[in-house]
Amino acid sequence: MVNLTVNGSKVSVDAPDDMPLLWVLRDILGMTGTKFGCGIAQCGACTVHVDSEPRRSCVTPIRQVADREITTIEGVGTTPAGRAVQKAWLDLEVVQCGYCQSGQIMSAAAIIGSIPEPTDNDIDQGMSGNICRCGTYVRIREAIKHAAKLASG
Amino acid sequence: MTIIERAERNVSRRLVLKAGAAIGGGLMIGWRWESSTAASAEAPTLFAPNAFVRIDRQGKVSIVSPMAEMGQGVYTALPMLVAEELDVDMSNVTVEHSPPNDKLYGNAFLGGSQTTGNSSSIRGFYLPLRQAGAAARAMLVAAAAEKLNVDANALITEAGFVVDAAGKRRIAYGELTDAAAKMPVPTDVKLKNPSTFRIVGTPAKRLDVAGKVDGSAVFGIDVKLPNMQIATVAASPVFGGTLASLDEAAALKVPGVHQVAKLDNAVAVIAEHYWAARKGLEAANPKFDDGPHASLTTADVVAALAKASERQGAVAKNEGDVTSALANAATKVDATYEAPFLAHATMEPMNCTVEVTADGCEIWVGTQIPTVAQQAVAQTLGLKPEAVRLHNHLLGGGFGRRLEYDFIVQAALIAKQAKQPVKVVWSREEDIQHDMYRPYYYDRLSAGLDEQGMPVAWTHRIVGSSIIARFFPALFKDGIDPDAVDGAVDMPYAIPNKRVEYVREEPPGIPTAFWRGVGPTHNVYVIESFIDELAAIAKKDPVDYRRAMLGSNPRALHVLNRAAEIAGWGKPLADRRGRGVCVHNTFGSFMSQVAEVTVLKSGEVRVDRVVCVVDTGVAVNPDIIVAQMQSGIIFGITAALWGEITLKNGRVEQSNFTDYKMLRINEAPIIEVEVVKSGADPGGIGEPGTTSLAPAVLNAVFAATGVRLRKLPINAALLRA
Repeated sequence: MVNLTVNGSKVSVDAPDDMPLLWVLRDILGMTGTKFGCGIAQCGACTVHVDSEPRRSCVTPIRQVADREITTIEGVGTTPAGRAVQKAWLDLEVVQCGYCQSGQIMSAAAIIGSIPEPTDNDIDQGMSGNICRCGTYVRIREAIKHAAKLASG
Repeated sequence: MTIIERAERNVSRRLVLKAGAAIGGGLMIGWRWESSTAASAEAPTLFAPNAFVRIDRQGKVSIVSPMAEMGQGVYTALPMLVAEELDVDMSNVTVEHSPPNDKLYGNAFLGGSQTTGNSSSIRGFYLPLRQAGAAARAMLVAAAAEKLNVDANALITEAGFVVDAAGKRRIAYGELTDAAAKMPVPTDVKLKNPSTFRIVGTPAKRLDVAGKVDGSAVFGIDVKLPNMQIATVAASPVFGGTLASLDEAAALKVPGVHQVAKLDNAVAVIAEHYWAARKGLEAANPKFDDGPHASLTTADVVAALAKASERQGAVAKNEGDVTSALANAATKVDATYEAPFLAHATMEPMNCTVEVTADGCEIWVGTQIPTVAQQAVAQTLGLKPEAVRLHNHLLGGGFGRRLEYDFIVQAALIAKQAKQPVKVVWSREEDIQHDMYRPYYYDRLSAGLDEQGMPVAWTHRIVGSSIIARFFPALFKDGIDPDAVDGAVDMPYAIPNKRVEYVREEPPGIPTAFWRGVGPTHNVYVIESFIDELAAIAKKDPVDYRRAMLGSNPRALHVLNRAAEIAGWGKPLADRRGRGVCVHNTFGSFMSQVAEVTVLKSGEVRVDRVVCVVDTGVAVNPDIIVAQMQSGIIFGITAALWGEITLKNGRVEQSNFTDYKMLRINEAPIIEVEVVKSGADPGGIGEPGTTSLAPAVLNAVFAATGVRLRKLPINAALLRA
């Protein structure tokens, strides 16, 4: 059994301790908001926060995150940064197919949570690990700047 | 033929409304609706005058979208058409997936098939959905007239209310549903004059996105069912190969693994969760007989296409006398162009959930072809189509990949061997290596120029596999694949002598399929590059050269002029920077793009800025159109810079985003889009943004370096300083 804290709730899961967090979330806990894209930390669709830092859950064995604070897309709206990012995403109509957007929002919320006024360079640094096949990058950039204003205002 | 004539010919109002009456009469009972649409199951409380409109007693409006949502925005734009004529606010509208049913939800633009593709959703449903909304409105008005005992003509509607202007009485639609349901379905309805539209033409908020920002949206891969198990698959790495052996005992020893399912060409491991399935598959270590294509390489395919390009093709277009015009031309120019195999790489890997029971089969999937998939599974499992129930979902990208049912039929064959529902999820590697690829095209072009350098003769021979012959066999006639020549037979320029030919050459050992932008994406790349070559030979400015041939094509000329103006065409740029232009008329839209690039000393190309001007006729939702242009441009840059699937020993060499690269945010250009105001019939928008991009970039590379590239993707080695 491995003890996890997901969005503030403590859960014990009966799973091998090398099992990636992604599949524990999706297939054991039924939290399907976190997405599978590549399995090798190349696309960012599976991004979650571990102690407020973005992590690719597809390559994160659960033993590494036992007893640490895990936040997923289902819970990020309870944080000021996550709430601002979600609102900015809707205000600017960022989303298209939406499949990568859980990961995009988690990466963006990590930026907003740590940098009050992110520059283009901050955005490139924080978001270049997240692929969007629909090409929503132009709006993601604008929305992060908009979210920064929402979060500070 | 205008879209109106076409729509009236193919789906007469009467047909739509008659079909609608049938569903109002209880056809819905046959379908198990998704939980999100549970209200629909309570049919008696619903006013459901046709296949598209549902209004409950609270006045909530639900619109069934005939087409699938894969990011392109149809779950907003199509409901807007209904809401406009029904006269309800979009804030009061929700959208539902449609069940598979060609009769109710077929797209007249695609032969009546319930297929989402070819940028045709708005083109096919612009009239039928407005008619559906107008018919529902007329029945609500009739019900109100009876209730108020006034003439229906004395009543108007205002955003969800029927209003008796004389008596100043207002009745909410929700209060009229029971009475309206008893009204006869009108056989003729009057549509609004577009000048009075209050929803169409506005940037209405998308209806599909709330759940996509909080993780609650359900894509096919997110389906959860009681007792469901998860499987993952390894198919023969060589197309046409078969499963030879595997270590089943080793797979079953992996904790969580329940079963190994063997197919002719693949093996699936079924487990409690994906991780166990994947571990089990590794332990199974399957071996395959490679079959006849074991040694195939890309070079073999290209050599066969090049050889085929020497033979005369089926003539798709022949105007004037090309042979003598070429013979008499002042200058003759020849070129060959090549376009590679491409994978789709949707962000959501292929997946499908199936439960096979004693009397049928149930499928949960995100697909562009619900009815075709239903038929294919029925045929494979020996069931009647009605015994196959398919629930469509949001698609995590389509781009043509989900126009295929290979993974759906595969999942059905796996689930048939299981005792419970099975969700089959492909790894990214499986997704890249068992895609159905955009065909490799090999094109030969010749042009004859007059003394002024303007083309007087043009020949274009297109060589490649035919997707249409497989996908829509009835449309493959006289040796011509109408998709493969789309954008070539109808190029926008006035050239007096023109011949376009098609040579069908099927590569062995690699399946091909539609890819965003389909035929035009390949043809516009070739044509707009070659036109640029001719302009250079004529020593003319590329924009002026094109203008001179667009005199009789005012919409193409307008988008070209606007794109050049916004881009600052002609303004000097630094060394190894350049601008390139492209203009075309495909998918019923007119578009011009100007790309601005920097060619680094390493030869790598960076796209700095793209200006895009699009005239798509009536712009149903201008903000979604802008989004689709941004999307198509990014998709096009990925392909132009890096997109290439290659074969070695019969195997696809690429496997994941490490070697099948995608453009990232730090590599994305500035994009400026202008949507032309127009009252013309609506055109398509999902694909032309991609179609324009590669030639604009290649022409910009030429402007920056003087190097003409005739093969995609860009080979940086040819551009080193």
